[in-house]
Amino acid sequence: MLSIDRSIIDAIVAHARRDHPDEACGVVAGPAGSDTPTRHIPMDNAARSMTFYEFDSMEQLRVWREMDDRDEEPVVIYHSHTATEAYPSRTDVSFAGEPGAHYLLVSTREPDTEEIRSFRIVDGVVTEEPVEIVDAAVDPHAVQSYMFGQSPATVDYECSDR
Amino acid sequence: MAIEVRIPTILRSYTGGAKVVEGSGDTLADLLTDLDSRHAGLRARLVTDAGALHRFVNVYVNDEDVRFLGALDAKLNDGDSVTILPAVAGGAFGFAAAAAIASHAVAARATAAR
Repeated sequence: MLSIDRSIIDAIVAHARRDHPDEACGVVAGPAGSDTPTRHIPMDNAARSMTFYEFDSMEQLRVWREMDDRDEEPVVIYHSHTATEAYPSRTDVSFAGEPGAHYLLVSTREPDTEEIRSFRIVDGVVTEEPVEIVDAAVDPHAVQSYMFGQSPATVDYECSDR
Repeated sequence: MAIEVRIPTILRSYTGGAKVVEGSGDTLADLLTDLDSRHAGLRARLVTDAGALHRFVNVYVNDEDVRFLGALDAKLNDGDSVTILPAVAGGAFGFAAAAAIASHAVAARATAAR
């Protein structure tokens, strides 16, 4: 399960919309070992392509060193697919080199709705996981009743059936 | 002579979990051969069967991407720091076409950097 703050998801979606129809990419860093994404770092897509993304190697070195200095790790690595579903392509799987990261995909193929899905990719094996979007601004004790499957401060996205 | 090498998480299974190892060599190719003598299998994750640096990794000498320093022929000096990172790339495109574009882009940037 990926648990991530709504403000970060909103920033990722805004980045993906801004760069559409090119693919957008970036990282959300978090304290090492916490599995909690806290610091959104939009990255340049050096490929500037509608069907391919690639971190600029020099920007990546700077960002990875900065994370090291701050005792952080890449908790989330995200990119957008702009004409297809939010599911890892064979290319995505071939390149996936951070076994501890959540690979978040956003599809911007629909103009009004985003498809947001998260995956673990380890040794070439793709495993989808639920995404829990946490609304830090809402006081969870302020609401006393809610529908099954929802809580006042979170929205759970189950894995799509495939 | 000692060169510090920073190993990414995905390759630490070859270094007994160590984040930083030391090696020696006059070029990156020599260094990787030296490292492989103590960390068997590491070199094969970085160098293709054809003897080129893998697309899936970025290797840096100090602050420079080795693709701009002659790749495996990059010269090394005592006290240099080598950093290995997984390349972060992907996208909706098919792999063969993407790899062709990427190698073209790298070649174009290397030309531009000269």
